Amino acid sequence: MKWDEFFVTGEPLIYMADAAIVLTIIGIVFVLTYFKKWKWLWKEWLTTVDHKKIGIMYIISAVLMLFRGGVDALLMRAQLTVPNNTFLDSQHYNEIFTTHGTIMILFMAMPFIFGIMNIAVPLQIGARDVAFPYLNALSFWTFFFGALLFNISFVIGGSPDAGWTAYMPLAGNELSPGPGQNYYLLGLQISGIGSLISGINFIVTILKMRAPGMTLMRMPMFTWATLITSILVVFAFPVLTVALALMTLDRIFGTHFFTLSGDGVPMHWANLFWIWGHPEVYIAILPAFGVFSEVVSTFARKRLFGYTAMVWSMVAISVLSMLVWVHHFFTMGSGAPVNAFFSVSTMAIAIPTGVKIFNWLFTLYKGRIKFTSAMLWSLAFIPTFVIGGVTGVMLSMAAADYQYHNTYFLVAHFHNTLICGTVFAVFAALHYWYPKMFGVILNEKLGKITFWFFVLGFNVCFLPQYVLGFMGMPRRIYTYPADAGWTELNVISTIGAVMMGIGFIFLCINVVYTYFKGERDLTGDPWDGRTLEWSIPSPAPHYNFAVTPQVKGLDAWWMMKKERKEGKEEEEPEYKPIHMPSNSGRPFIMSIFFFIAGFGLVFEWMPVAIIGLIGVIICMILRSFEYDDGYYVPVEEIKQTEAGRE
Amino acid sequence: MSEIAPKQSNLPLEYSTKQNQLNILGFWIFLGAELALFATLFATYLVLVSRTAGGPGPEELYELKTVLIETFLLLTSSFTCGLAVYEMRRGKQAGMIGWLIVTILLGIGFLYFEIEEFILYAVHEGATMQTSAFLSSFFALVGTHGLHVTIGIFWILIIILQVLKRGLNADTARKVFISSLYWHFLDVVWIFLFTLVYLTGMVS
Repeated sequence: MKWDEFFVTGEPLIYMADAAIVLTIIGIVFVLTYFKKWKWLWKEWLTTVDHKKIGIMYIISAVLMLFRGGVDALLMRAQLTVPNNTFLDSQHYNEIFTTHGTIMILFMAMPFIFGIMNIAVPLQIGARDVAFPYLNALSFWTFFFGALLFNISFVIGGSPDAGWTAYMPLAGNELSPGPGQNYYLLGLQISGIGSLISGINFIVTILKMRAPGMTLMRMPMFTWATLITSILVVFAFPVLTVALALMTLDRIFGTHFFTLSGDGVPMHWANLFWIWGHPEVYIAILPAFGVFSEVVSTFARKRLFGYTAMVWSMVAISVLSMLVWVHHFFTMGSGAPVNAFFSVSTMAIAIPTGVKIFNWLFTLYKGRIKFTSAMLWSLAFIPTFVIGGVTGVMLSMAAADYQYHNTYFLVAHFHNTLICGTVFAVFAALHYWYPKMFGVILNEKLGKITFWFFVLGFNVCFLPQYVLGFMGMPRRIYTYPADAGWTELNVISTIGAVMMGIGFIFLCINVVYTYFKGERDLTGDPWDGRTLEWSIPSPAPHYNFAVTPQVKGLDAWWMMKKERKEGKEEEEPEYKPIHMPSNSGRPFIMSIFFFIAGFGLVFEWMPVAIIGLIGVIICMILRSFEYDDGYYVPVEEIKQTEAGRE
Repeated sequence: MSEIAPKQSNLPLEYSTKQNQLNILGFWIFLGAELALFATLFATYLVLVSRTAGGPGPEELYELKTVLIETFLLLTSSFTCGLAVYEMRRGKQAGMIGWLIVTILLGIGFLYFEIEEFILYAVHEGATMQTSAFLSSFFALVGTHGLHVTIGIFWILIIILQVLKRGLNADTARKVFISSLYWHFLDVVWIFLFTLVYLTGMVS
């Protein structure tokens, strides 16, 4: 392979990206060296096993990916604003919509959610950390290097261009030659390891490490959502693992699972992909429901309405989510009986989701609502998500779907659910838990500016796309003729996208502003919260709880506060040394080896791949022979930290 | 890793610490994920089994004799693995290691016959992974199981070394117990392989 094939050449946009990447790397290295921060970086972050720091790293990575995916989105909108545009050629456009979809779902939404879970769940259940802190670090680093591998594709070797669904035979060797599609396969495979481990980790943490007195039905709703999501992760991700592995075999080793030759079945890919892919949608949305439940109940200053119904509706959604995958390809010709089954099962999901919507509304009813930024995101979620849900039911009717399929109606629908569900939720969660992460409160004024730009921008961007869909505009086209009559609505849509971009910029400004001038949260409970994470100082001390809390009911912290107000005497806390896990650099190093192995396979350089895999195996063996019992936080240190709180 | 918690005397050694209990539960959940993984491979095989692209089909390929030997070796190894855990619970380190070694040897025997079977198909009958969709899925399914057995052999070997070095304590007992769960799981998968792939393939 020649160098000009190795690096992507011939595109001014790519050269600009090259320059930006080099400058950013130089900048980071310079800053770290100038401020002598290398050791700090290694000791405090790269080797950490603290769930709160891992959560923060997840969120930082997710925001970076939101930027990358957002730039992809703006490039696409720029191309589609006017007919016969030549800003992007068809190949480049295909690459961009592929990376936009893949990055937003797998490297933005999921890690953002995992980050929030990492920060909130152990604190909500009164635990010291997650069950397996070392594996938690491995989860993050495999995700990070998987994402990195996927992201370098646009400057080295070329991006995948077969869509985020990578349907065969389009994604096969004949129609997608070169390393692009391999990046997709290996990047997702490596980060998928992390997702699976996270799922196991959270299930064990939630089942086994709750504070005394916290029965399952006394758990905060976000913890419930995490538990159910994790179960979905554990049973859905192995399907993706297999599907990706089989396509890798098809592409690199000439097998015939999904090929047209050798009697392969391309449709089998679509089945496997969506057997994972539909639960994946709920992996992204159920935690969002959990966030909204927390935020709505806190800022309506009321107990969550219909707690039990909320739990069971999530369970129902998770079960149904495994039984609807065919609705992604009604038009593929599975036949009327099959389509009918999946039509009905899809519509059935609207029932538990409707239950949840009404429960949020009843929680708000007669509540003393505080319109904070986090609450605004949650309030905006309800009507916009209902639009996404209603259009979803429209799409679920197999016969009607033949009309909607592959049009902008669908594009508008899934953005209406994923943005108004997941993205609104992670923004709400960011505002809500920011004090617990950093000890400062995100600026409310900037938060509201972000909110209005983003939410209005969202509707301006995507509502016209429903109409475009009805007018027959197909998705995944890179340009359209002037006489199609789609121009005006496309212009409006692009304006909306730019507004969302401005909203994102305000979010970044807010983070920087808060870093320098943010209001400190000295109480540890800035929102008058209800759950245990608000009972400890902000930012949370590295050992979390000085004394394991005793839970007497739902909304444990709310009950404790009430008891205090009633003048109940508090016992002087008796501190004991707290056991902590040791830091380890191995998850980081092991993930680098994963990256090397993946990179080798992408370019089909087998020696490189083998070296990477051997590195991974050595790391695992070293881990097996390691006997590290961690360390104890002495009582003195706990006393000091806790005294500084008052 | 292990949290030093008060020892609960009525529990077996591998369950004696809180961290051990977490690890064992975590591994059970991991086995749930493995189940989903193998289920996907089985589904793929069943979808593709009739698609031979002019190459050999199941009934021409499979031979009962090799498969029966493999089955007996693996099922016996699962039994000896159970004996190892039984010895561990009685506190007999030597007995445990002895049975673990027998387990590994039976596992190696299984692998020997499986590799021989694969070579027979690929080299002598020209039935490789690249021949047809059926053969791709056959090698992917059976090969993934074989890969798991290989990993299991090395894993148990590493654990034996650790027991020799450190003796039988809560940590090493947990590792032996978890690897035994893994080994039994592979046995269960093989029963499905034997039935759904080989027996069904030879009957139809």
